[in-house]
Amino acid sequence: MADVAQQNGSEAHPGETRRDFLLLTAGAIGGVGIVATIWPFVDTLNPARDTLALSTTEVDLAPIQIGQRLTVAWRGQPVFIAHRTPEEIKAAEAVDISQLRDPQKDSDRVRKPEWLIVVGVCTHLGCIPLGQKTGDDRGPFGGWFCPCHGSVYDTSARIRQGPAPLNLWLPGQVEQASQALYKFTGENVVTIG
Amino acid sequence: MAKRAFAAATVSAFVLASAIAWAADETLPLPRQEWSFDGVFGTYDRASAQRGFQVYKEVCSVCHPVKHLHFRDLGEIGYSEDEVKAIAGGYQVTDGPNDEGQMYQRPGRASDPIPGPFPNDQAARAANNGALPPDQSLIVKARAGGPDYVYAILTGYKEPPAGFKMLEGMNYNEYFAGHQFAMPPPLSDNAVTFADGTPATVPQMAHDVVTFLTWAAEPNLDDRHRSGLKVILFLVVAAGVFYAAKRKIWAPIH
Amino acid sequence: MADNRPGAAARIIRWIDYRLPFVQFLNHELNEYPTPRNLSYWWNYGSLSGIMLVIMIVTGIILATQYTPSSELAFESVERIMRDVNYGWLVRYVHMNGGSMFFAIVYIHLFRGLYYGSYKTPRELLWILGVIILLLLIATAFMGYVLPWGQMSYWAATVITNLFSAIPLIGPGIVTFLWGGFAVGDPTLHRFYALHYLLPFIIVAVVLLHLVALHRHGSNNPLGIDHKGPQDTIPFHPYYTIKDLFGLTVFLLIYTFFVFYAPNYLGEPDNYIPANPMQTPNHIVPEWYLLPYYAILRSITFPILFISSKLAGVILAFSSIFILFFLPWLDTSPVRSARFRPIYKWVFWLLVIDVIALGWVGANPPQGIVVTVGQIATFYYFIHMLILFPLIGKLERPLPLPSSIGAGAPMAKP
Repeated sequence: MADVAQQNGSEAHPGETRRDFLLLTAGAIGGVGIVATIWPFVDTLNPARDTLALSTTEVDLAPIQIGQRLTVAWRGQPVFIAHRTPEEIKAAEAVDISQLRDPQKDSDRVRKPEWLIVVGVCTHLGCIPLGQKTGDDRGPFGGWFCPCHGSVYDTSARIRQGPAPLNLWLPGQVEQASQALYKFTGENVVTIG
Repeated sequence: MAKRAFAAATVSAFVLASAIAWAADETLPLPRQEWSFDGVFGTYDRASAQRGFQVYKEVCSVCHPVKHLHFRDLGEIGYSEDEVKAIAGGYQVTDGPNDEGQMYQRPGRASDPIPGPFPNDQAARAANNGALPPDQSLIVKARAGGPDYVYAILTGYKEPPAGFKMLEGMNYNEYFAGHQFAMPPPLSDNAVTFADGTPATVPQMAHDVVTFLTWAAEPNLDDRHRSGLKVILFLVVAAGVFYAAKRKIWAPIH
Repeated sequence: MADNRPGAAARIIRWIDYRLPFVQFLNHELNEYPTPRNLSYWWNYGSLSGIMLVIMIVTGIILATQYTPSSELAFESVERIMRDVNYGWLVRYVHMNGGSMFFAIVYIHLFRGLYYGSYKTPRELLWILGVIILLLLIATAFMGYVLPWGQMSYWAATVITNLFSAIPLIGPGIVTFLWGGFAVGDPTLHRFYALHYLLPFIIVAVVLLHLVALHRHGSNNPLGIDHKGPQDTIPFHPYYTIKDLFGLTVFLLIYTFFVFYAPNYLGEPDNYIPANPMQTPNHIVPEWYLLPYYAILRSITFPILFISSKLAGVILAFSSIFILFFLPWLDTSPVRSARFRPIYKWVFWLLVIDVIALGWVGANPPQGIVVTVGQIATFYYFIHMLILFPLIGKLERPLPLPSSIGAGAPMAKP
């Protein structure tokens, strides 16, 4: 653009190029002002400080016997805490993961093998799978069974049958338990979030 | 031009008159204090706010709640996450119902609102001869004169002048309208021992607790002043550029 | 194929424009629409009003995503916005001070119209639509002030809704109907919230009508004479777009000063006390922009014939605005602009002083000299409207008008 201006003898119209520069600056300032103003207003819709403060839950694990399962609320969703039996752990570890729809080793899904902690929301369309209460149908793999459309999860909460595409999420939607949003913070206490 | 001057003069006269009328009241004029948060560049003195929280906790909280404050907010006046957790843990908070249907007490958490001394207004009145000690979260914004007023009240207790009839249970305060104040003087020298060694005189405690209460009412002030400066500087520059552009564009018309 | 994109964009725009002529429309309104060349900065206030309307709607909707319109939770939800919502304090203060700014702008815009005769033929409907906008604005602001459910919110709502009880026979029934109960309460809050959200969009519609009416004959100008040809006018863009933009930044400087450094200066401390139906504040005061009407309302302390003082006060307070509808016919001057009206140009300022005096009266408790000043000021207001406007127009000899805007003595200062 500068070339063209010079060819047209911009030196003969210094006022005009100064005016263009001025207008350009004015436009840029206006644009910056508008964009800078928009962000705070959009940010009001992000989670507020009180929502963020409630994003941690501490759970006492002592009352959960081996073989028992507990559901806790975390960030508005159910979290399944399963105190797995040795048989359940062995079954989970013995699976050939290349056969899985969403291949994941059991050891990648737990920090301590006896405690499986996953978000209890079916990865198909969001129902809460059955299997937490005694008497619930746990499906053919002894894990969880989603009554909405028949998804079946194993003892590592991995998808085995039915329409769900993925294993039940670890808290934080991460691939590795080492990155998951829970920590064993006490004798028998886990902090989620 | 004369017309403009006349107009400006009469408008100013009335603004001045109304300002004077507004200020006039039956009580003494409010002495002005110096606050760290005064003025365009003001910020909260965190050390003062922390001392003020201590005064609130050890003196005022016996009667007054601050229900709009959460423990986690205390991080803004300089307490660390662990300190906040410890402060919260020192309170018992009502939670529940549990699986038996009972409400129960548990140690406070950072996410809890700071619990008040009474479970409800009626209990507060019963414990205070029918008077309701007001919540303090917004008191500085809820009173004309703001921080200066609250400071004046806290330091304004005097013997009533000769002939002034005090009603039963009331206390003479120079700056309270009508001078009959239900709250007895809350502060006395060394009522509190400050961790940082600052001598706890009544003016000092009043100053610190008002700093704390101003923060409690207006936690956004530091942010607001800082971003305000940026916005106004930006607008000054923008106004200059737009004015120059306007002159340039209008040049052929004039 | 780098040349394709600009060509393709132009083709798409032409395709749309052929079916929905928005580009043609914009081009006409901005580039071809003739605007008098001599408009002063007093003509900025129209676009400023429009911008304030947008700001209030945008901030209002953002607040609406966080606010709870229930008498139990409203006050707390506002405090949550102030403390916990990201930038909530900013949105709240912009909206709160925006109400004041909006009225300041609209009042200046109105008085500009009074001074320069912008309400005179053929702009009578333009003016009337403006007064309708003012009424809708007052209703919106009044209901909005109730929403935080502070002491002033509650008691202002009580006092103002109680006004309707002055209507003979059906008054008390109307008040119960308005309240949805036996006092201002939760049902009242809910309906005020719904209406406060609705009315601004009705204002938008009336503003659009206002703009259509404006564009029919174009803007008035400081000389008050019609433009006779292209030598008198300039295109709106770029001349008035850049002038409006500059005016906007100056206005924003004032606005942001309030928002960031004195956000509660124009407000009432009592509204930071949660509403208490069992305790009335010492002084019930409306926001500053409603003070003159409040003063007129309170100034009638005596019955007039069979009309109670309360009813008379209500009638006069509402009349003070309704009378504006008739201004194009009350004013008999053959000439528009006060520049050429040697008597009116001074009398105009008496009205300004009168309105400010009414504001002062409204702000103070109705005792002693305040009452007297209020009564005199109310009396003068109606004298000015009903007697001075018709009389001065008939009696004064206007100065000779310039032959055209181009020839008009001194050109409006930039």
